[in-house]
Amino acid sequence: MSASLLEVAGVSKTYGEGGSAVRAIAGIDFTVEEGEFVSVVGPSGCGKTTLLKCISGLLAPSGGVSRLRRAPVTEPPAEMALVFQDYARSLFPWLTVERNVALPLRGREDVPDRPAAVRQALEAVGLARFARHYPWQISGGMQQRVAIARALAYQPRILLMDEPFASVDAQTRADLEDLVLRVRERFGMTVLLVTHDIDESVYMADRVVVLSRPPSVVQETHAIDLPSPRDQVATKELPEFAHLRARIYLAIKGAQAAGERRPALASQGGETA
Amino acid sequence: MTRARWRHLALELGVSGALLAAVWVYLSGDHGPAWTSVPSMLDAFRRAWLFDRFASDVVPSLVRLTLGFGVAVLAGVLAGVAIGSSRVVRLLTQPLVSFMRSLPAVSLLPLSLALFGIGTWQKVALIAFVCCWPVMLNTADGIAELHPTLLASVRAYRVRGLDRMRLVLLPALAPRIFAGMRTSLSLAVLLLVTSEMVAASSGIGFFVWQSQLRFSIADMWAGIILLGLLGYALNLGFGAVERRVCDWHLQLRGRKR
Repeated sequence: MSASLLEVAGVSKTYGEGGSAVRAIAGIDFTVEEGEFVSVVGPSGCGKTTLLKCISGLLAPSGGVSRLRRAPVTEPPAEMALVFQDYARSLFPWLTVERNVALPLRGREDVPDRPAAVRQALEAVGLARFARHYPWQISGGMQQRVAIARALAYQPRILLMDEPFASVDAQTRADLEDLVLRVRERFGMTVLLVTHDIDESVYMADRVVVLSRPPSVVQETHAIDLPSPRDQVATKELPEFAHLRARIYLAIKGAQAAGERRPALASQGGETA
Repeated sequence: MTRARWRHLALELGVSGALLAAVWVYLSGDHGPAWTSVPSMLDAFRRAWLFDRFASDVVPSLVRLTLGFGVAVLAGVLAGVAIGSSRVVRLLTQPLVSFMRSLPAVSLLPLSLALFGIGTWQKVALIAFVCCWPVMLNTADGIAELHPTLLASVRAYRVRGLDRMRLVLLPALAPRIFAGMRTSLSLAVLLLVTSEMVAASSGIGFFVWQSQLRFSIADMWAGIILLGLLGYALNLGFGAVERRVCDWHLQLRGRKR
């Protein structure tokens, strides 16, 4: 059997040292296969962003390792692209939309026609007309689309997204979710999405990894067998969707309750009778 | 231009014109040896600067100012980036930098004369040394204030080396660098004129000082007026460059209309 595209093995992170040390995540294990869409969901403050930083090489884990195609990740690899929650800080306001998307390609000898890559990426997110605008001249949702276009143009093997839709309104959020699903289909990309939103984690993914309260571990994993392509109305009306959603909700609730009254033999977020 | 701006401009010109007229009328009387009439000031101005002494006094002053200020900005930005990039270096250098910044600008003038004599390099060195601190401090603070997500994006997309400096750091820091430059620019003019008055054989400051010594009061005023105009022009030019380079910043701050 061939190795997974991404392998997260025993990754842990402790902030600070001595008495004031805070263990944010404790030994997280999971894998992402080539072409798969995996969501990581967990209660707020469970170290999701910390985990993503450790996986991408932005932050050195205290223990464990993340491997991309068997190679340990210590710095963000060229085969990985990131989309952050805070699009306004992640884009460069002194560059036009077009140049924001093109900037990461400057060091890439392996992308032969860079202007074409930029154009295609902007077309894919429907922003070709706004290439010459500056980020602050367009709406928040459009700015996040620029960030997605930047990731697409980078042509990564895996796309990591950290709460990418948390700072936009509900309607824009649904549009962006579908946009990501479409471009993922079109570019055949592997995606790892970190979110606090249970509906979103189920709606988007092939598999959902549920984290516990900090120090976080993987509490459970759910395969999502919903039909593709997903649809904001039809998919969310399916009984399977409601069922998966309820199970993950209970798992997270259980984790929270367990955290509040410590002695818990974590009441599994199991089947509802 | 909008009507409000026309009105503003008309008011500005009107008030300035009225003040000038008042001064003109006032100075046509006799007010002692320090004063002379406006027409004789203007006449001295024309004789001195258009263009008799332009090459011998204005050009040397501008060269000194440009060189000193240029070196100060370059050194300030480079040192600021180096210091700002490391918390340890920032803490270690902080006492020294605070001391240097607190020195009154002209206090190093005697030292610079002892070190460099009275030539052009004394002025350039003094201006460069004193003016680099505000730029450096602002740049270092700017680096420390860069948002973590911005830096994470730069790292995640492997923007490195010269690209990182030229396309990310410098534009991101530009508003802070310009704030430092604005402080430095007025310091630079001050040091230039003072140095030229104390020790020089050319320059606008030298001309003003010598004219006073020779009781050529009209020439002295011609020099003062030129210095005022020069400062005014430098500020206007500086503002125009800043608005151009930091347009995105002003737009984000909503300071433009």
